[in-house]
Amino acid sequence: MSGPKMRMRDSFLQAMKERMAGEKDIFFLTADFGSPVLDAVRKDFPDRFVNLGISEQNLVNVATGLALEGYRVVAYAIAPFITMRCLEQIRINLAILSQVRPMNVTLVGVGAGYSYEVSGPTHQALEDIALMRALPNIGVWSPADAATAAAMARQALDEKGVRYLRLDSHPLPNVGDAPTADELRRGFRLGGSKGASVAIVSTGYMSHLAVAVRDELEAGGIPVRTVDLMNLSSPDMNALETALSPCRAILTMEEGFIGRGGMDGLLAIQLAPRLPKAKWAHAGLAPHYSFEIGPRDELLAANGLSRSALAERVIELINA
Amino acid sequence: MSEEKKSPDELRALAARFRADTLRIHAAAPETRVASSLSAVEIYTCLFYGGLLRHNPANPRDPARDRLIVSKGHGSISLYPILADRGFFPKEELKRVCRPGSFLGGIPDPVIPGYETVNGSLGHGPGVGSGMALALKRQGSDRRVVVVTGDGELHEGAVWEAFLFAAQHKLDNLVLIVDDNVRCMMDNTARVVGLAPLADKFRAFGWSADEVDGHDVGAVCEVVGRAMASKFEGPRAVIAHTIKGKGAPSLEGDPLCHIRTLTPQEVEELTGGAP
Repeated sequence: MSGPKMRMRDSFLQAMKERMAGEKDIFFLTADFGSPVLDAVRKDFPDRFVNLGISEQNLVNVATGLALEGYRVVAYAIAPFITMRCLEQIRINLAILSQVRPMNVTLVGVGAGYSYEVSGPTHQALEDIALMRALPNIGVWSPADAATAAAMARQALDEKGVRYLRLDSHPLPNVGDAPTADELRRGFRLGGSKGASVAIVSTGYMSHLAVAVRDELEAGGIPVRTVDLMNLSSPDMNALETALSPCRAILTMEEGFIGRGGMDGLLAIQLAPRLPKAKWAHAGLAPHYSFEIGPRDELLAANGLSRSALAERVIELINA
Repeated sequence: MSEEKKSPDELRALAARFRADTLRIHAAAPETRVASSLSAVEIYTCLFYGGLLRHNPANPRDPARDRLIVSKGHGSISLYPILADRGFFPKEELKRVCRPGSFLGGIPDPVIPGYETVNGSLGHGPGVGSGMALALKRQGSDRRVVVVTGDGELHEGAVWEAFLFAAQHKLDNLVLIVDDNVRCMMDNTARVVGLAPLADKFRAFGWSADEVDGHDVGAVCEVVGRAMASKFEGPRAVIAHTIKGKGAPSLEGDPLCHIRTLTPQEVEELTGGAP
């Protein structure tokens, strides 16, 4: 891991603010969810910043109207609310309508997974990946660090389409170098040992845990390939197949409910049949809500998602 | 760009023709929601022939058009013959509604020239229209956004979010026409969740509100036109009092008319057969 810790939302908003200065067709909406960097956006671009109040349904609908009139729109709120409070609006006005009328809308949800660890299940986003993945015409982007979030801000402005950007709320170090244009296009970033027969595919916060698991395994003499999967809707499956073709054991890790159509579903259905020599296991959260309050890593550990438990799971998979 | 303005007599004749066309479409495609489409015939007729809505059949997405969002999409089968008559698509298409391969479905979608958005899933028009109106104002355009909803549709919470938003941003280029046919699907709206006093509700929310007999073409043109032209610094609502199933006596007065289907024989009696 490299560099100081930084919040994804800060790097995303900073990148957006820089572009808004010169590009007058970018419109920023929030459902009364802010941050110090967003205050600067509000101050600098009062004509292209609107706080709609606590109304995510209207947030998506107004974003649609602005986008149909030619604006590139960013809609910003807490992750569970911008995906689930307004799922109907996303489905009708973004997923269905954008197939007929191309538009550029970026839904930004802050609070991926257990980000809001003391707030309980209302504020945690454990179903958002599966729900957004269920919708055609919606990209699902899941950066693991601030450098990726900033790169995705620029990518979102440069590509027509609608996407959901899932941001962690905590300051985190960068998992690796900022993704290249090629890595963004493919939707994943490789780390660890090239040619290893063991791989961990992870997304978001879990990509940090994946690095820790990899380090533990490599210290024990087991080389590991890591894949930080940034695009959960349409990664380049041919490139993923090539990258993971040497692998005989692949563990996927996500901070979301398992077995419900999240990243595990994507990889099990679209990639696993292409890599028949590999054994697969999928790590994530058991599908029930947690009312426990505790540090995030303890909440994850309670679900078998500690570094040591995950390293053990990889070894079991190798030996299975 | 057309802004054709017909006389009240001409509008009445056109409305009668489009009502008959709607009934004939329904006879051939009984899946269509005929009662809620019949209540809005004069509203749609006035928008397209009463000089209210700037539109361009040759280029449906002409930037110089006024935007029309038919939020009560299911209740706009009566707009099909109007759009065909204006030249948005060939009239022959009206014979293929709900048939395989047709773009004219039971619930309209924006694959139909003349439709802006996905409609029929209710409660979306006011919010999407507010976003369009905000964009047009920011861009310095004098184009208007007209949204048509039903009254039952106002049960959806998202519309009230939009009403608050439109007033907050003084969207004086947004005109909402409520086709108040007093019925939702299963009963009279007032017996389900009442909306009265609706005009007062709009005024309390920061909108102007006018009421009109939605079947009186002269009054609809005058009241909607006046609402559009007023100096009021905010969004405008026009509540059009209508009769669900208007023109079909067996539907008028039936609280369950929304889901009623007319037989081809009934349609023939009402329309006098083929045009």
